[in-house]
Amino acid sequence: MQQIINFLIRYKHFLLYILLMLISLGFTIQSHSFHQSKFFNSANWLTGNIYNTSFNISTYFDLDKENEKLVNENKRLRHLLFNKKNEIQIALDTANISYTISSGQIIKNSYADQRNYLTINKGKKDSIKQDMGVITDKGIIGIVENTSGKFATVQSILNEHSNINAKIKNTNHFGSLVWNTKSYTTVQLIDIPKLVPLHNGDTIVTGAMSSIFPENIPIGTIKKFDLDLSENFYTIDVSLFNDMTNVKNVYIINSLNREEILELESETINND
Amino acid sequence: MISNYFFINFIRFVLLVLVQVLVFNRLNFFGFINPMVYILFLYWYPIKEKRAAFIGLSFLLGLSIDFFSDTMALHAASTTTIAYLRPAIMRFIFGVNLEFQSFKLSNSTKAQQFTFLTLLIVVHHFVFFTLEVFSLINILLILKKVLIISLATLILCLLFGTLFSVKKE
Repeated sequence: MQQIINFLIRYKHFLLYILLMLISLGFTIQSHSFHQSKFFNSANWLTGNIYNTSFNISTYFDLDKENEKLVNENKRLRHLLFNKKNEIQIALDTANISYTISSGQIIKNSYADQRNYLTINKGKKDSIKQDMGVITDKGIIGIVENTSGKFATVQSILNEHSNINAKIKNTNHFGSLVWNTKSYTTVQLIDIPKLVPLHNGDTIVTGAMSSIFPENIPIGTIKKFDLDLSENFYTIDVSLFNDMTNVKNVYIINSLNREEILELESETINND
Repeated sequence: MISNYFFINFIRFVLLVLVQVLVFNRLNFFGFINPMVYILFLYWYPIKEKRAAFIGLSFLLGLSIDFFSDTMALHAASTTTIAYLRPAIMRFIFGVNLEFQSFKLSNSTKAQQFTFLTLLIVVHHFVFFTLEVFSLINILLILKKVLIISLATLILCLLFGTLFSVKKE
C-alpha cells in the first residue's frame, strides 16, 4: 500500500498529464469520427457574446461592400419578379409553402482548418434548429450543427464531415459534395457516373435528394474532372461561387417537410 | 508576492486567449497561416511555481482556445504536452544553471531563450497538426504545416516578447 502511494506521489505529474491527455484525445478522436460535440462548441453564451461584441465593432468597416452586395441581390430578384411570365396569384397559405427563410450574420468565420465551423448570431430563440441549411445570395455555406439561445454553429462545406447532395444543373445526375481539405476555393463532387457528359465550366447545384436544401441552389462550376480509382466514377473539382473567406449576411432555410420526409424514410426502412 | 504572480498570470491568460481568438485566428495569412501566440503563456510562466498547477492551467488555456475555435480538444492536448515537457526542455537547454535559486529566464542568453521558445513551439505544433490531420498518409502535409506555421508563430512570439518583455521576473 505504502509503495502504491509512493508511486502515485512520485509520478503525480505524469499521471496528471496522462489523465488530461486522455481527456483531450478522447474529444479529438470523437471529433474525427462523429459530429461536433453538443456542448463543446463556440455557440455557447460566453464565446458567442465575445464574438458578437467583436463582430459589432468590426461590422462597420465593410458596410459599403455589404450594402452593395445586398443591392445587387435585390436587383437580381426584382429582375426575376418583373419578368415573370404568368402572374398566377396563389394565396400565400402556410399549407402551400415548403420552406421558410430567416436571416443571420456570420460572427465567426474559419476556413484554414480541416473541420471548419462558423458561428452565426441566430439561435433557438429565433427558432433555428439543427440541420437547417445556410446559404448566401451566391450559393451554399453549410448546415446548422448546434444551437444555443442566441447563437448557432454551422458546419461549413469546408469540413471533412460535410456531405451534401449535389447535381449537375439541368440534368438529374447527382453525387455527393465533399471537401478534401486542400483549398478553400474548391470542393469535390464525387460519385458522378462515367457516362455523364461533363464540360469544364458546367454549373453544380444542390440536388433534390436533400431534405435540407431546396433544389437548384447554386454551388459552383466545374474546374477539372478525373476518373477516380475504380475508373467508374468522376471526381470533380468544383470552384465555389462563394468566396468563403468573405461571407457575412446569410439566409437560414427551414424545410417544413423535413420531419415528414425523415419519418417516412425511417418507416420504410423499418418495414423492410 | 504570490498574489501578484497570480494576478499577472490571470491577466495574461485572459488577454492571450482574447488576442488569439479575436486577432490571430482570423489572420489566415496565405489562406492557412494562423500563428498561435498563446504559447507565450507557457514561455513566460514562472519557473519555480507548482508543476501540477501549471499543467492544469495550460490544459485550461488550451481548452478555452478550443471552445472559441471549435477544434474540440486539439489545443488542449498540445498545450498540456508542452506544459508537461517544459521542465525537460529547460533542463536540456539551460543545463545546470537551472538548479541555482537565482535562475531567471531574463538572465539567460538570447540564444538560450530563442531555442527554448522554438522547441516549445515546434513540439506544440507537431502534436497539434498530427492530431488535426490524424493520418500518416498525410505526413508531408503535417510537416509542411508544422514548419511554416511554427516559423510564423516564432516570429510573432519574438515580436510580442520584445514588446512586453518581463524584466522584473
